[in-house]
Amino acid sequence: MAIVTCSKKACTINPLKMSQPIGGSFAFLGLRGAMPLLHGSQGCTSFGLTLFVRHFKEAVPLQTTAMSEVSTVLGGYENVEQAILNIYKRVKPEIIGINSTGVTETKGDDVEAFIRLIRQNHPHLENVPFVYVSTPDFKDAFQDGWEKTVARLVEVLVDPVDPAAPRDCSRVNVLPGCHLTPGDLDELRTIFEDFGLRPSFLPDIAGSLDGHIPEEFTPTTIGGIGVDEIASMGQAVWTIAIGTQMRRAAEAMQAKTGTPFRLFERLCGLVPNDEFMTFLSEISGEPVPTKYRRQRGQLADAMLDAHFHIGGRKLAIGAEPDLLFDISSMLYEMGAQVTAAVTTTASPVLERVKAQEVVIGDLEDLEELAKARDCNLLISHSHGRQAAARLDIPFYRAGFPMFDRLGAGHQMSVSYRGTRELIFDLANLIIADREANHQPTPATWQITGAGLHVVPPQLN
Amino acid sequence: MTSLSATIQDVFNEADCAKNANKSEAARKKGCTKQLQPGGAAGGCAFDGAKIALQPFTDVAHLVHGPIACEGNSWDNRGSASSGPDLWRRSFTTDMHEIDVVFGGEKRLYKAIKEIIEKYDPPAIFVYQTCVPAMIGDDINAVCKIAAAKFGKSVIPVNSPGFVGSKNLGNKLAGEALLEYVIGTQEPDRTTPYDINLIGEYNLSGELWQIKPLLDEIGIRILSCISGDGKYREVACSHRARAAMMVCSKAMINVASKMRERYGIPFFEGSFYGIQDTSEALRKIARMLIERGAPPQLMERTEAAVAREEAKAWAAIERFKTRFVGKKVLLVTGGVKSWSVVAALQEAGLEIVGTSVKKSTSEDRERIQKLMGHDAHMIEDLTPREMYKMLKEAEADIMLSGGKSQFVALKAAMPWLDINQERCHAYMGYVGIVKLMEEIDKALNNPIWDQLRMPAPWDNAEGNWQAKALAQVDVSAPGGAPNSVGAEKAPHAKRTRSCKTVELSIIEDRVSAHGSTAVGTMAQDTDASAASKRASENKMPAQPVSALQAAE
Repeated sequence: MAIVTCSKKACTINPLKMSQPIGGSFAFLGLRGAMPLLHGSQGCTSFGLTLFVRHFKEAVPLQTTAMSEVSTVLGGYENVEQAILNIYKRVKPEIIGINSTGVTETKGDDVEAFIRLIRQNHPHLENVPFVYVSTPDFKDAFQDGWEKTVARLVEVLVDPVDPAAPRDCSRVNVLPGCHLTPGDLDELRTIFEDFGLRPSFLPDIAGSLDGHIPEEFTPTTIGGIGVDEIASMGQAVWTIAIGTQMRRAAEAMQAKTGTPFRLFERLCGLVPNDEFMTFLSEISGEPVPTKYRRQRGQLADAMLDAHFHIGGRKLAIGAEPDLLFDISSMLYEMGAQVTAAVTTTASPVLERVKAQEVVIGDLEDLEELAKARDCNLLISHSHGRQAAARLDIPFYRAGFPMFDRLGAGHQMSVSYRGTRELIFDLANLIIADREANHQPTPATWQITGAGLHVVPPQLN
Repeated sequence: MTSLSATIQDVFNEADCAKNANKSEAARKKGCTKQLQPGGAAGGCAFDGAKIALQPFTDVAHLVHGPIACEGNSWDNRGSASSGPDLWRRSFTTDMHEIDVVFGGEKRLYKAIKEIIEKYDPPAIFVYQTCVPAMIGDDINAVCKIAAAKFGKSVIPVNSPGFVGSKNLGNKLAGEALLEYVIGTQEPDRTTPYDINLIGEYNLSGELWQIKPLLDEIGIRILSCISGDGKYREVACSHRARAAMMVCSKAMINVASKMRERYGIPFFEGSFYGIQDTSEALRKIARMLIERGAPPQLMERTEAAVAREEAKAWAAIERFKTRFVGKKVLLVTGGVKSWSVVAALQEAGLEIVGTSVKKSTSEDRERIQKLMGHDAHMIEDLTPREMYKMLKEAEADIMLSGGKSQFVALKAAMPWLDINQERCHAYMGYVGIVKLMEEIDKALNNPIWDQLRMPAPWDNAEGNWQAKALAQVDVSAPGGAPNSVGAEKAPHAKRTRSCKTVELSIIEDRVSAHGSTAVGTMAQDTDASAASKRASENKMPAQPVSALQAAE
């Protein structure tokens, strides 16, 4: 059981964390015909936009209420109204998702009241859903923004159902955490369909950010789940939440529609996927398809082949809570030691990370811990590359943002197949590092004044 | 100490800004930035601009005072290069929390400065003010002053809360911080009659180093570059330069004109993009230095270097000319680049079908007209849809623009090249222009375009996304080119070809879709598209199916 500590520094150096509002916008990006809108000054949006574009290499719709100094002081009603009217006029979105930022939260703009007033003054907007989520920059982090926004989407958009009415037995709701990639969602969709289930993903970034060439030329999101489909999610027989962050949304769904949920804290690794498959088999009444029996065998074999390389590795990992728990647990089960673990924000899952401690901190903390504890594998998002280079240890990119490599949207960690790919990637990285940097030379075993240089094994 | 609003008014007053000089006094007071439109704006904020302008100083710590959004979402996103120190690549922020918003963030800021000095001991710290601390009234000027006195370090406040305006205003606010707190605070070890400042050059992708060897050879010393590959001491001493060049950007024109005012350093605005512009810039530098007392031999050395390098560059470009015959470029950039790159492209025989003049001054426009003639296609503000239309209608073969519009071109299966700040190649000077031609050539002649423009074998032509998108564009732009689909045929479809596998896969598809195995039913299933394709192939073997052609 890990002890969770907080970094005591006044100055954050090399942040691991990104802000909450863009986490919220990210969730809106998984809706069809959506225009996420950040209520704040221009930079709040433009930084997020650049991040998404660099990560996904896709055009990303994201708008701003463009708060000026004066409107910040006087309150942003006019800006929200103007923004909504402009967006409606120009792009005819199916939904506008609004997140607040630090600026407007400091002022204390009551956006829910703004929206009521806008609806009153502009009856022609009647049929455009607005979903507002309070997400100040000075609290919480990216994952929290996603968590709150998805829960809010459920609260606002899902139609309540009569608990006595029959449910659609083949329909399931899937609430994926923000640590899953479009590639992960595609994989999960296939699995559900192979069990004869029809999944509704909320949000569905696979439809919008998976790098396909769009059918239409549109200024809003180009795929994702539609508002109509969200409305009918209450008819599903089960809700499956992936990642602890999705508990809140799953509970909201249950409260509103009575749909029971099952939370899978992680889907990377052999045992979690066994549980997942068993569950799907139970709710669908179908046996596990041969394909997955084969894939399970392949994963087991991959684990056998890779444990020589991953076993004993001292892992330094910096990631948002659910991703941290996900990958570090799998590697722990492969024999690696989770020696340095840094995350961005509090979460109940952190206590269960297989490490002595988890630090809520920044990449400098991770770098210092990794150095002090002699880690020899570093996993974080792309910003960690500088630390890995200084430490001269192999570096694996996981999470968001991944701006300096291609294919971020398709990297997988879920399912037998995703786990197998991740294991091979990591093991190959380690092998390449050994070949490049750790080949023995005559100097390796040279006798110094103190005799042979013996490094005592360090155990966690 | 001037207040932020006074500083901004002062910046708006900029007499050396051509655009500004043309305005009435009342209009000038409103500032150089358009009122930002809620729901219709996309650019960066003043903080963004300030950070961009100063971040390339490599040996100082850049501390962002604000919640995580400002720095956490934006750090490490620009490719300036450093010849030594790497402190600028680290990110420092106070990461304000709720409690700081309630009780004020000044204490945290002070402690953060202390921590940085203890850990990294940089020659200076730039402290950036952002929206939230500005709103709650954190006085970063006071904190910086106290910290500077306490630790004996330069701690420079950069007052740039995002909501005061656009990125461009932020660039100028950064300049004001330099003018007020840095420039003129130290003395160089020695001065020479050959000392210049480069202002507004950020050494993106190491571009500065494409020019520096030439300056070295001629004997011109860059006393300070503001701010590419810059070091704190150099800027602090930059008031001893003999002349200055505003490199390709009006971002920091206030620095150039105030340094002329305060220290008598004359400046000119020039560009190192394109052969002739580079030569022109080098000559101007030499001329200015000579006017200020450098020996006249400087011009001889300059001319010699210019003649030699020009000859080499022309020779290098020559080989692209045959490959660029008839190729047309759509240029979507702004400001000085809209003409300096035009000249460069024309040098290689490319035809420019349009250049955006969104951020250009009247001077810039005149230059474009001189270069492109009076029917020059200057585009005020191009929407993505219009850009897409221009590309699809083959009015252009390649688009050169900034990263934000790249997907307009790429999703239309058209070549695109980044010429703005996120590019990963350096295009400056005589070597840079050759590199640019090389990149354009690579993009234009990449074999992927032929494949990508081929529709999927199972796509019916009318429902093809390209055709639909084009139809949409036509509807939304009345009075657009009437024969857009016809124009489509050339030149994109020219080299697409279909092969036997196309038909095979159609058949396979139908088999799996309809389960039809009998020859008769299959023929019926596949005939609709396949037969017409065969027919068109028979007629035009060299110019087979393109979805848009079939739609014609």
